[in-house]
Amino acid sequence: MSLTSDLKNQLPVILIQTLVIGVVIYVALQLFYNTQANLEARNIASGFDFMSVEGGLPINDTLLPYEPADTYGYAFLMGALNTIFVSIIAIVLSTILGVIVGCARVSTNWLVAKLGAVYVEILRNIPLLLTLFFCYSVVLVSLPHPRESLVPFEDIFINNRGIFLPRPEFQDGMTWVFVALAVAIAGSIFLFRKSKQLRDATGKGLHTGWISLALCVGLPGLAFLMTGQPITFDMPVLKGFNFKGGMVLRPEFSALLIGLIMYTAAFIGENVRSGIQSVDKGQLDAAKALGLKPSLVMRKVILPQTLRVCIPATTNDYASLVKNSSLAVAIGYPDMVSVGGTIIGQNDQAIEIIGLWMAVYLTINLIISLSMNWFNSKVQVVER
Amino acid sequence: MNQEQKTLVFTPTPAAPAPIAATGVIHWLRKNLFSSWTNSILTVLCIALLAKGIPPLISWAFIDAVWTGGPEMCTNDGGACWAFIGAKYRILLVGTYPPDLIWRPIASGLLFVGVIAATVSGCCKNRYLIGLWPLLFVIALWLIGGGAGLAEVDQSMWGGLMLSLGLAAVGILLSIPFGILLALGRQSKMVGISTPCIGFIELIRGVPLITILFMASVMMPLFLPEDMQINNLLRVQIGIILFSSAYIAEVVRGGLQAVSSGQTDAAKALGLSKWMVTLFIVLPQALRHVLPALIGRCIALFKDTSLVIIVGLLDFLGMAKAASQDQVWLGHDAEGYAFCAVMYWCICFGMSRYGRSLEKRGPKKNN
Repeated sequence: MSLTSDLKNQLPVILIQTLVIGVVIYVALQLFYNTQANLEARNIASGFDFMSVEGGLPINDTLLPYEPADTYGYAFLMGALNTIFVSIIAIVLSTILGVIVGCARVSTNWLVAKLGAVYVEILRNIPLLLTLFFCYSVVLVSLPHPRESLVPFEDIFINNRGIFLPRPEFQDGMTWVFVALAVAIAGSIFLFRKSKQLRDATGKGLHTGWISLALCVGLPGLAFLMTGQPITFDMPVLKGFNFKGGMVLRPEFSALLIGLIMYTAAFIGENVRSGIQSVDKGQLDAAKALGLKPSLVMRKVILPQTLRVCIPATTNDYASLVKNSSLAVAIGYPDMVSVGGTIIGQNDQAIEIIGLWMAVYLTINLIISLSMNWFNSKVQVVER
Repeated sequence: MNQEQKTLVFTPTPAAPAPIAATGVIHWLRKNLFSSWTNSILTVLCIALLAKGIPPLISWAFIDAVWTGGPEMCTNDGGACWAFIGAKYRILLVGTYPPDLIWRPIASGLLFVGVIAATVSGCCKNRYLIGLWPLLFVIALWLIGGGAGLAEVDQSMWGGLMLSLGLAAVGILLSIPFGILLALGRQSKMVGISTPCIGFIELIRGVPLITILFMASVMMPLFLPEDMQINNLLRVQIGIILFSSAYIAEVVRGGLQAVSSGQTDAAKALGLSKWMVTLFIVLPQALRHVLPALIGRCIALFKDTSLVIIVGLLDFLGMAKAASQDQVWLGHDAEGYAFCAVMYWCICFGMSRYGRSLEKRGPKKNN
């Protein structure tokens, strides 16, 4: 009796699921067969063999040494590194600018608050691509030719080919400096832990900020001096119509970075604003009544509570920043999509490249959301 | 009673006006701009910044600008050349659409504006609007594309702002039903349904729109059988719909979670079937909740359509870029981009204002 009624309830559920899964599998198989037939008809190879083929792609802006004679795989890796590089810098800088914008929007200063609002409303309502085009053409137009470079500091040249900086070259002793830095950072972390234990036990902590700053600057500095200053600089020199040597930030990179930072900062600024406004006014009053200094009120009372509200939305903004960095292809910065697009143009292996793109972006986004979730769990209120 | 005894009435003298420092302009300035040392410094810095930035901008955009004439008029370096926009406005707005048939995009544009006005003013009931929007698209598509009595216009001639608006509007309209289905599927207790939905949503949301557009433009021809090939515009539109439906699914899911379970219980107690509960009780409430967020998605999608330039379609921004490369009018990228920016800004800001007003009205009343 109960068995049959169970079956009667379960039957439609099972039927529907089987139907849906069946349709999904059927469509997938159909696509697979079509693709195979099409690839064969067009004489396109499949598989990742092409990655070890010599590509001959010219890439003008890479983090590691690169020659056009290198393989497709290595070229793609250079693109991926560029994507990651520009994303990391943009995340850091847009967070800083975003916090400034958010604080400006809740400022008691009318002019500052209005300027913040105008910034946010303009940047949020214009496509990022347009902002990038604008940055790129403004950067290119407003900068002088190499011969009339701007020289803000000695050996730094700014012109329409990019920003030329001296490139540091590490000699042998530099390892010791890095070891010293690592030791100093580890020591500081230990110090912070110890200070927290002390404060919990006695109510008085150490001056961790100053001590760790002294550690992090002092130890590597000492190592640097003791190993005989093992660093030299490769200076940019004007030869003919352009600079040779040194390190260069190209206009494409600068425009992409500026555009991404300005656009994302508008969104992060809104998160920060709503975070600050969500903190109950009583918290502020109570903190003041307890006699905390304004800087302490901000650091110990307002900001921790703001963070809790901001983090989920900001995680999304970081993820979209990484995805938006793919717009580099429109202004010619060789990121992963740009390099991959060139490879597709040369050997038609679109499926493999697009699959790789998706895999890399999904991985980066997974890393971002995992680390932000970890950070989020750190700052959440611990219920007792 | 002693009538001669007069009642003394206390008549207060009128209050003296507040001191000048507590009212008026000076008070406002002190309170809002110079309340402390740091604020005063900030104010001065901001004013200096504005004084440095605004006048050159105004003189570039208005005072030194050239408003009419040909390229030979725009030789001075100081000002904007709005004559460039005057010469190119048709390409920017409708692309290379045949000039003698220009009434057709104009007519569909007017219809579009009319339906938007009907929606925003709130004069019509929602159930009419739901019918009105698809009808608008059918008519607009017929007007622009031709067929059935009108001369056909090839899709390679569609472009400019018309194309941007079309891609965004069709994308949103078609991705809303898909998004709702995906959201319901994701919420389903049946693993066989929720897993594919979650997989699809997370995959699409994890990758940039550009890769989806590349996929639509380059990979889709490989996926389809030889005899079923479709043109690039339609492929890109399909890519946009897939992309947008994943995001809309997440928005709708938020609304579904916001409907209290008491509503479902009550509906079940009244004897409604599962489907009827979802269709008539849960979904309407969920959609009303997320209406402002859906408007936000409309804005984002409209901005995102600018990426189609990368797969070779010339939308509004694409046309601005193409126009600035015209040999006769070289060197006027800034004007084209500024025009684009103003148009994009007006449309997006208008939508966000509408979204905010819906939010203020609250989810209950907008029926």
